[in-house]
Amino acid sequence: MSDTTVDPRLAAPRAVPKRRMRLSWADPVFRSVVWQVLIVGVVVAIAWYLIHNTSTNLAARHIATGFGFLGRVAGIPIGESMIPYDPAADTYGTALLIGVLNTLNIAVIGIILATILGTLIGIGRLSKNWLLAKLTGFYVETLRDIPLLLQLLFWYTVLQGLPGPKQAWHIDDIAFLSNRGLKLPRLEWQTAHTWALAVFFAGLFVTWLGTRRAHRRQDATGVRPAVWPVAVAVLIVLPVIVWAALGAPFVLEFPALRGFNFQGGLTLAPEYFALLLGLVTYTASYIAEIVRSGIQAVPQGQWEASRALGLSSGAILRWIVLPQALRVIVPPMTSQYLNLTKNSSLAVAIGYQDVVSIANTTLNQTGQAIEGIAFIMAVYLTISLSISLFMNWYNARIALVER
Amino acid sequence: MSDAGIHVPTAARTQTVVASAGLVAWARLNLFGSWWSTAVTLLLGYIILRVVAGVVEWGLIHAIWTVPYSATGIADTAICQVAKGTGACWAVLTDKYRLILFGRYPYAEQWRPAIVVLLFIGLYIVSGMRRFWRKELLVVWVVVLAAIGILMGGGVFGLSDITEDYWGGLPITLILATFGAAFSFPLAVLVALGRRATKLPAVKLLCVLYVEIIRGVPLIAVLFMASVMFPLFMPAGINVDKLLRAQIAFILFAGAYLAEVIRGGLQALPAGQAEAADALGLSYWKKTAFIILPQALRLVIPPLVNTFIGFFKDTSLVLIIGIFDLLTMGKVALSDPPWQSFSTEVYLGLAAVYIAFCFAMSKYSRSLERDLNRARDR
Repeated sequence: MSDTTVDPRLAAPRAVPKRRMRLSWADPVFRSVVWQVLIVGVVVAIAWYLIHNTSTNLAARHIATGFGFLGRVAGIPIGESMIPYDPAADTYGTALLIGVLNTLNIAVIGIILATILGTLIGIGRLSKNWLLAKLTGFYVETLRDIPLLLQLLFWYTVLQGLPGPKQAWHIDDIAFLSNRGLKLPRLEWQTAHTWALAVFFAGLFVTWLGTRRAHRRQDATGVRPAVWPVAVAVLIVLPVIVWAALGAPFVLEFPALRGFNFQGGLTLAPEYFALLLGLVTYTASYIAEIVRSGIQAVPQGQWEASRALGLSSGAILRWIVLPQALRVIVPPMTSQYLNLTKNSSLAVAIGYQDVVSIANTTLNQTGQAIEGIAFIMAVYLTISLSISLFMNWYNARIALVER
Repeated sequence: MSDAGIHVPTAARTQTVVASAGLVAWARLNLFGSWWSTAVTLLLGYIILRVVAGVVEWGLIHAIWTVPYSATGIADTAICQVAKGTGACWAVLTDKYRLILFGRYPYAEQWRPAIVVLLFIGLYIVSGMRRFWRKELLVVWVVVLAAIGILMGGGVFGLSDITEDYWGGLPITLILATFGAAFSFPLAVLVALGRRATKLPAVKLLCVLYVEIIRGVPLIAVLFMASVMFPLFMPAGINVDKLLRAQIAFILFAGAYLAEVIRGGLQALPAGQAEAADALGLSYWKKTAFIILPQALRLVIPPLVNTFIGFFKDTSLVLIIGIFDLLTMGKVALSDPPWQSFSTEVYLGLAAVYIAFCFAMSKYSRSLERDLNRARDR
């Protein structure tokens, strides 16, 4: 046999041998196929059985299916609505949309307030002051151990037990707290405000551009041009000029007692106020723990090293500690935001008309339980998914970039 | 921190010496460390004293513990109405505590739910002790849960038959939470394993869908589903009662959350364990049952306890679908006309029960975490 002849098996690129599945339990591929067919088969069979029963039951009870009811007149009285609504004329679709908006409203405001309160309490727990640390610790321990629903019912009855409008607790003629809820002055919104706000948002964009430019300049030259003069100009001075140029309107509408109730002003209904209070105080107790453990996760050496470099304590917090703490804080914070949003569904127990409450009324009136529940689930899944996506994006932005 | 060898100003040195012992020194360091700290201490101290004094005055000094009853047995709450605002009316609790704790269970038979509550507490304590963490514990759980079912329902051993319509109060809360955890646990283990079964993509997809959908919606949606959709799912003629429907909803809900916790434990386990088991030629189930799960579950016991605390609180949501748990019974007690305006007292009483259970469990969870960490760090 000659050495020069090349073995044909070596010359040809060696293809991965296509292994055939053997019909034997000893073959892992075969096993996995059998298992999957079995499990998926069982699940499909159960699902088919349930669907079959449901369609028989629906037919027997003469319940319509489909989302045709969305176009019918709802006739559900709704106390709080961000868009105009008339129970006698508007449809179930509009009513459900109001429910979604109400849910989003309480979720957004709740998340903002709970974050602020929770952060303050979390920092308070780390205070060198013994009294403050113990008090915030007590707050966290107690509120976490009481079911949220019990807290909501408690706040709701407390608010209902307040004196009537005539004996309302008040701060001068500005704010009134009575069993009709919290009344605050409201700014009369005019075109000038809209324009000023628009200029402010444009200013945000300009500031963002400026920051990016400063970053690039710093990377190129090592010198960072100051951004703040531009920021002050476009965020504060320019909007104020626009507002002043349009006549500087500033009219506050104060709540005033007329007869048995208040007229005008901004109203936080007892249901809304109780829900907000309960959600914020409860969620803040969880956020406080997250913030505390996040700050504690930053090693003491980081503080000491920054002090050794001569950084001010504000700069240490902003540039050294917070960026590191945020990496620990953000993932659990996301789940707290999701929890708050889902917990806002407890509104149904105290009569705030969120999406669950309105969908529940709808399904009681129309009998279309499946569509009602499906709507609730779709709304919450969408919200949950959006919050997760946003927080994942934020988390990726602040994550440690390793080479 | 030692200051040896570092130049320390004299003032600082004396301060360190002063602050090293005694109550005064402690207060100086922890309450009056700086101007800012002193201000906070004074302000908070004032507020706390005011609040504590107010609470003591309202809850103890001016409180009313019993009220007279009319000939027909109706409570006469006139003195409570007078004291309203200045003194607590604990009489509502002394009058209604049996109703709140045991619901509409026949009065003469209420020793049965009382024993059930004690059995539950005993079960928690025994399960919490590490020396009982072995296979026999499973038998104990089966026996105790069966005993609880027999005690509540009756019908055997000369116990009178009491249908679920009469069950209520604390036993319902404990049943929902404990049976929910017990039955969702095996489900959660299977789902967690399924989610990691990369060789079974279809099974993995099913598990991911189940976990993410349940975790993406509020518990109320799941409970509504159980109360209004479940009857539609069943063939005609079969009627599953309300409590069982809520229990099934709870099991499905808890399963998704527990599965995520258990998955955390599975992920934390070094891959070498599974590889070594494979190298020994163990089958998948043997590997899982004897190598993976015992270690993975041990890792996640503290988060499991925390999740259980969450479920315990979440059982209160069944109020919304009309099941008579502890919180619902509190509301029922408040619907009695003479007591209608004393909700604060009732809610505080309910909160005390929930706090007692949750605080004990979270304390336990934390001490366990410390113990397990110590064992791991060694």
